Amino acid sequence: MTAHDYWVLSPAIAMALLALVTVSVDLVTRSMAKVSTVAFLGLSAPLILTLNLWFGWFGDPATAREATGVADLGSALFGTVETDRFALFFDFLLLTVTAGTILASAKYIASERMKDYGGEFVSLVLLSVTGMIVLVSATELITIYVALELTALPVVALAAIHRSKQGVESGTKFFVLSAISSAILLYGFAYIYGFTGSTNLAVIMERLTVLPNDAGVPFGSYAVLLAVIMIVAGFGFKMAVVPWQMWVPDVYQGAPTPVVAFLSVASKAAAFAVIMRIMYVAFGDPALMQDWSGLFAILAAVTMTLGNTLALSQSNIKRLLGYSTIAQAGYILVGVASVPANQVGATFAGAGPQGVMYYLAGYAFTNLAVFFAVIAITSRTNDDSIEGLNGLLKRSPLLAGVLVFGLLSLLGMPPTVGFMAKVVVFGSAINANLTWLAVVGVVNTVIAAYYYLRVIRAIVFEDAEDETKFSADKPVLVAAGVAAIGAGVFGLAPFLLLEFAEQALSILPAIVTGL
Amino acid sequence: MITEGLAWLIIALPIAAMLVNGVLVRAFVGSNSKYAGYITVAAIGGSFVLSLMTLATVMSDGPLHVDTHDWITIGGLNLTFGLMVDQLTSIMLVVVSGVSLLVQIYGQAYMHGDKSYTRYFTYMALFTASMLGLVLSGNLIQIFVFWELVGVSSYLLIGFWMDRPTAAAAAKKAFLMTRFGDFGFLLGILYLYSQNSSYMDISTLYHEIEAGHIAVGVATWVSLGLLAGAIGKSAQFPLHNWLPDAMEGPTSVSALIHSATMVTAGVFLVARFFPLFEHSDAMTLVALVGGFTAVFAATMGLVANDIKRVLAYSTVSQLGYMMLALGVGAYAPAIFHLFTHAFFKAALFLGAGSVHHASGTFNMNYMGGLKKHMPRTYWGMVIASLSLAGLFPFSGFWSKDEILGHAAHVGTTTGNIVLALGLIAALMTAFYMFRAVFLTFHGEWKGGGEQEIEDAEKAGEPLPVGSAHSHFGESPWLMVGPIMLLAVLAIGIGFFSNPLVDIGGIDKHAFAHYVTHNHEVFPTSEAAKHAGSSPELNVPIAVISTVLAIAGIGLAYLMYIKGSISPQAMGARFQPLYNLMFRKYYFDEMYENVVVRKGFYKYVADALRWFDEHWIDNANVHLSNWVSRIGKSGALVQNGQTQTYAVGMVVGVVAVVAAFLLWG
Repeated sequence: MTAHDYWVLSPAIAMALLALVTVSVDLVTRSMAKVSTVAFLGLSAPLILTLNLWFGWFGDPATAREATGVADLGSALFGTVETDRFALFFDFLLLTVTAGTILASAKYIASERMKDYGGEFVSLVLLSVTGMIVLVSATELITIYVALELTALPVVALAAIHRSKQGVESGTKFFVLSAISSAILLYGFAYIYGFTGSTNLAVIMERLTVLPNDAGVPFGSYAVLLAVIMIVAGFGFKMAVVPWQMWVPDVYQGAPTPVVAFLSVASKAAAFAVIMRIMYVAFGDPALMQDWSGLFAILAAVTMTLGNTLALSQSNIKRLLGYSTIAQAGYILVGVASVPANQVGATFAGAGPQGVMYYLAGYAFTNLAVFFAVIAITSRTNDDSIEGLNGLLKRSPLLAGVLVFGLLSLLGMPPTVGFMAKVVVFGSAINANLTWLAVVGVVNTVIAAYYYLRVIRAIVFEDAEDETKFSADKPVLVAAGVAAIGAGVFGLAPFLLLEFAEQALSILPAIVTGL
Repeated sequence: MITEGLAWLIIALPIAAMLVNGVLVRAFVGSNSKYAGYITVAAIGGSFVLSLMTLATVMSDGPLHVDTHDWITIGGLNLTFGLMVDQLTSIMLVVVSGVSLLVQIYGQAYMHGDKSYTRYFTYMALFTASMLGLVLSGNLIQIFVFWELVGVSSYLLIGFWMDRPTAAAAAKKAFLMTRFGDFGFLLGILYLYSQNSSYMDISTLYHEIEAGHIAVGVATWVSLGLLAGAIGKSAQFPLHNWLPDAMEGPTSVSALIHSATMVTAGVFLVARFFPLFEHSDAMTLVALVGGFTAVFAATMGLVANDIKRVLAYSTVSQLGYMMLALGVGAYAPAIFHLFTHAFFKAALFLGAGSVHHASGTFNMNYMGGLKKHMPRTYWGMVIASLSLAGLFPFSGFWSKDEILGHAAHVGTTTGNIVLALGLIAALMTAFYMFRAVFLTFHGEWKGGGEQEIEDAEKAGEPLPVGSAHSHFGESPWLMVGPIMLLAVLAIGIGFFSNPLVDIGGIDKHAFAHYVTHNHEVFPTSEAAKHAGSSPELNVPIAVISTVLAIAGIGLAYLMYIKGSISPQAMGARFQPLYNLMFRKYYFDEMYENVVVRKGFYKYVADALRWFDEHWIDNANVHLSNWVSRIGKSGALVQNGQTQTYAVGMVVGVVAVVAAFLLWG
């Protein structure tokens, strides 16, 4: 490895080191408070390195910044990894989410049942994030696969960390199904390698344009058709896209809530990042784009409809949130489907992908606020049914406020970020000639209103059986509050995120030509 | 001196005060915390200082150049946000934050002991922030956002004592009636937007109008829309009757929102889009609406018994004056009248609150003889009343005379009509104001709040709300101080625009020169002169209006002090007319019975109900059955078996491939 390689990989390396340091701190001190503190403060290292690569603080590794103003680090490790602005945007998001997760689980890992493996808990989270950081930078199929496994395996262990019947069941389910999804994904990779002779995304794109194709077949050839669908299926598992979503409610219900919070936000964001990179870099040819846009449009419609309708009858808050994340994945897919190639009267080609990034960031803050509030509440009430939330407003007004705000944002109520993000993705769908999809999306938000408002009604209007007041643990409350404030700020000032998203997208060739 | 960041701070400070009061103080200190008052006063004080800095900057350097920022860009939709800091803004900033500051100081004493003291100052901070945001807005959509925030916060303030049914009803009425006008406002915005989305930016709009890119027809329709919004907010005919009811709020609230802020928003809106109005055919309508309202509202003020309602009608009437002035092109006089009116009307409202403090009632029939008990309040109110009546040398004289002089100078039929209306209103204004002063402060003490309650019990009528025990004596300094300061301003500030001589550092016409010295609004000095940049003193008009004002005061004196003309006899003689005015021309009844019950409920609501029952409900039932059926069948697959899930994933891939092959 050259010095340049280290430079490009610096956030991931720092993250891996932090995971090792955390586990050592646990071994030496046996103090969970120290583990949390070290992990939380230690996150500043990858964070600073990420910001450094974006802004070029400590000496400028960028070769092309002078000319274009955009850092172009070039690739590392023989062209397998590229820490460009697209990757850095997600790195930043992932690191923020990780910081929140560590803060919110500080009390949890210090609890009686967890304190023997609290250090492992934190370090597994950090290892999984290491995988994600590599994943969003990977520009080559094998690297993508390896990074993907690195993100998934720690999560399996995390899901089963309680060693209770429920936890083990949840972990096993996730492990088996994750293996199957990886198998499907590898099949897809194999087909594309067999067809084009390359695993490098950019090379695949070049070869696909020159190889002969059959005009009557979607994607120009059956091999590519199978490959694309299998790749989408493989990542669809991670993104919780119907019909590969079935693990979600079971694992969400069985796994510890901080793990679920992490899983629902971080791995979803990473999966969306990599699927966008693959689609726009390897399959970014306008003709192909038309085809996969249709695929994503159908998946989006099915995913949000099924997620929302299944959520209607849930009585467990964690299970309900599981279905809600499925539905949210559907909304985000609307942005993926809204490709520039379909654009009518193109004024701003990046709107669809830009909407995805905005939605993901806003969703991250919103969902974390909701999950952290649920962690804080259920750790006190030991009841994760919706009835358990009855009268919460009187029992703990601050937590109730955060939870209601988060739910309103998931529902898409102005002026929250959830509303603005839906406006952006549905608007991009209309621009991309997918008006029907935008209509389906709007109808879905109406269906979703039912179950979100049902929870809000329990919190605000129902009377609690047990009226004792309680307040949350400080770190969880801070994490939830910060996440909620983030959701509010990005809703009122979308330009703060949209500008960064636009810069991040400027590296994807298919979008640049669209611009 | 002032920068864009500091200008944003003018809005941010009261918003911060609202958040601190509403979240932290209420949750951790209490719903009746004195700190809430301090925080709001400090924040608005900060805004006031920054507003003065803004005024000084604009006076020396002209309008502040502020970039617009992108708020959101999706496809072709590009919304921006930004500030507009010009002469009009700087005047409005000083008026709004200045009056608000005095009212907040007054509120410390007036609201003392109220159980929702914290909530009061939370709402007050929100209201002030909304109003400051409104006058600072650089584009039409932003104006609309703050406009609606003003509406919401005034709703909260008018209905502040929400356990009183009358207050809740008044708040609802104010909100709905202003919303009615806002509907037109929104249509106007949408129409302008449909022409070109860049017209939302006010500076751009000015340039486009000057360049002649906007057709007169477009300008007229948009102006009519804006005028509808202004009529609602500024309580002009025919959406005037929410304002008297809005007196149900705390008196300090009335002092703020019905003198310097909310109700002037409509006038501000017309002034802000003055070039658009001038370019349109809507100006005559603006003038006639204003002129008619000036007289119409004054007639109702002649017979009202509640001192706050007299002031409310007077406010509507004076806002009519401002509209009338804008309608005849008298931009500078209109703004000047807005400026002077803000101070003397705030003084009068605060005075009414002080009077209530002592007498325990707002009904003037139960007051009397308060002069000797509260001399400072008395003199404060007399000075403000003289100013409102338009007597030399009080500030109201200068601004009213400029308006009437301009109307005379225009010389058109409209000009002459509104001139006549203005003069009639001047007579009535002097009469009703001094009727109020004489009934309140002179004559015999008539029992106050206790007597009113007793009489109501005897007559078997519902007990008057807001009546309390009377305790004679001057109100605390926190209340009297702001009144006296405002009274001094009511004398002094008129000279800022005196047309006769240069006084010290203040040139003649200083105010008018300043507000018209905006090249975006008035590109040429000709246009500025046309808008009243240097009005001459119109001696005949000045003499006539002064004579009319003195006549009005004299008539009030004869009727309520000398008793040589009996008010009862007058009322009996003109019984039908008296009833008509006393019942507010039956507008409440007409809206309630004819428009709402007969029209809205009977036709619109019934039709909608039919549609709702036959179509929406049926569709709902079918749809929800259908949705829950999907849910149930989906739940079957979700059975917890890992094998099922694994098969499901593979089947999913096959299904998608099959779908592509079949329909791709």
